[in-house]
Amino acid sequence: MASSSIRIEGVDAAYGSVRVLEDVSLDVRAGETVVLLGTNGNGKSTLIKCIMGLLKPLKGRIAVTIDGTAHDLAGLTTVEIVDLGIALVPEGRRLFPRLSVEENLLLGAFRKKARAALADNLAFCYEAFPRLAERRRQLAGSMSGGEQQMLALGRALMLAPKILIVDEPSVGLAPVLVSRTVDTIKELKERYGLTVLMAEQNFTQALRIADRGYVIVHGRIAFEGKSADELNNNELIRKFYLGL
Amino acid sequence: MRNSLFILVVSLVAAAVFAAALLLRSDYLLFAGYTVLQFVVLATAWNILGGYTGYVNFGTAAFFAVGAYTSVFLHKAFPLPVPVMVVVAGAVAGLLGFGMGYLTLRLRGAFFSIATLALAVVLQTVVVNWHYVGGSRGAYILRPPAGPIAGLSYIEYLFLIMLALAALSLIAARAIECSRLGYGFAAIRDDELAAEANGVPTLRLKLIATTISGAFMGMAGAPFPSYIGYIEPASAFGLPYAVNAIAMPMIGGTTSWAGPLIGAVLLGSLQQIATVTISSAVNLLIVGLLLVGFVIVAPNGIVGLWQRFFGRNRTSWRPSSKSTASASGSAASSPSTPSA
Repeated sequence: MASSSIRIEGVDAAYGSVRVLEDVSLDVRAGETVVLLGTNGNGKSTLIKCIMGLLKPLKGRIAVTIDGTAHDLAGLTTVEIVDLGIALVPEGRRLFPRLSVEENLLLGAFRKKARAALADNLAFCYEAFPRLAERRRQLAGSMSGGEQQMLALGRALMLAPKILIVDEPSVGLAPVLVSRTVDTIKELKERYGLTVLMAEQNFTQALRIADRGYVIVHGRIAFEGKSADELNNNELIRKFYLGL
Repeated sequence: MRNSLFILVVSLVAAAVFAAALLLRSDYLLFAGYTVLQFVVLATAWNILGGYTGYVNFGTAAFFAVGAYTSVFLHKAFPLPVPVMVVVAGAVAGLLGFGMGYLTLRLRGAFFSIATLALAVVLQTVVVNWHYVGGSRGAYILRPPAGPIAGLSYIEYLFLIMLALAALSLIAARAIECSRLGYGFAAIRDDELAAEANGVPTLRLKLIATTISGAFMGMAGAPFPSYIGYIEPASAFGLPYAVNAIAMPMIGGTTSWAGPLIGAVLLGSLQQIATVTISSAVNLLIVGLLLVGFVIVAPNGIVGLWQRFFGRNRTSWRPSSKSTASASGSAASSPSTPSA
């Protein structure tokens, strides 16, 4: 049922004159969970910004297939990309802190398409995260880090996305919460038949749910792992790229 | 409260205010009341951009003066009734707001504010050098003693126009606040990047905000030359407009339509009282002191204080679950709202 995928070919990106990505190619096949591994400052978030249309790549091609229909993302605005059914859980959660939990969720369904199934999606969200239902009137900024991460995931689900992009879910969370968040992403993926691309620097946690992975170093794909094991058992990667 | 009910309440209150103003038969009160109402419009208009989307506009005076000089120009070129001039001035200032939004859309925070400040300086220079509307000498507009409405003096007529504008701006502000548009504005205020990533068309929404905000400021300025009788660039582009338009929503509370109203009535009245008891020179001093006090004691303004003691209660734009369920057509689960 999940037939949505991402294909990135030879993408270069820069902030002004600072080159960040160089010839990045990456594939997320239908129904997969792919992790993008790398420490800070290697270009993970930049690549995600390129996918979401928040940053225009200098060259290369980013295309997605949504339910069997191919779309080239070049020239599309972020709003149009969101409309295709690609949801982003941004790094550091980036909730709307002065709005309530429910208002945050409703803003996840800002697009017309998502509004059509608003009540259903909201019920789903509260079912998946009962904690959010309990706290629906509370201001998002006053919740704990773990709850905020749940809300950020819930807000992305309000779009009823086909592709979920998660940028560093582990940022600012206690180890036990990181592991719980990663489990939740896996659960949601299975439940909604999502295709997931997750950027993460927590190697061990990310590989628990990954089908495949890429290691990005200084804006280049340094290693592509055909399976989680291949990444896990590669001593060189562990040592030189990830410093484990 | 439904929008229609709110419109009814605002109209009734406005009618009561006007009736009271007529009964008191005091020209002074009408003049002072006009100024207070003018600040209600300016503060409400400022808040649509500054309070809802978080973009601090230092250029209120520019929009106000554009409204005022539009009516000076019209008065000389082809005189029209004041309400028509208000509409034209609103259109011109709205267009200016749209242009300003478009030119400064990449600027955030302090950079946006500085750009709006520059707008006021640029426009003032243009008006100073535009002799048709009086240049730096200013222009006189002689007010006829009787207004076009039978039984109303001209100042009563202007007061009525400003009262209607105040009511209209409050109704518009509240409608925005409770709508999807208002939630989009709040998302931009809280985190613009996250808003964009959630599919909120931030650019379009910001342009809507700058246009509406600018239009109301211009409308507030349109009757001003007729009210004051003589207008010159230094006073029309005066600092007090920019400062008051920011201070009033801050003191009242920026998250709700009630904030600018409370702030404008409070500060505006205080300034009017100070003008006749001490001197108009202390007006800005009052604003400054109150602003400092509020920033320390109640950073969310009077409305924020109220919410702290009596709880936060906002109406949501979320449609009732019944109507959305029938619209969605998906039979996944019964759309019962989970209990809190």
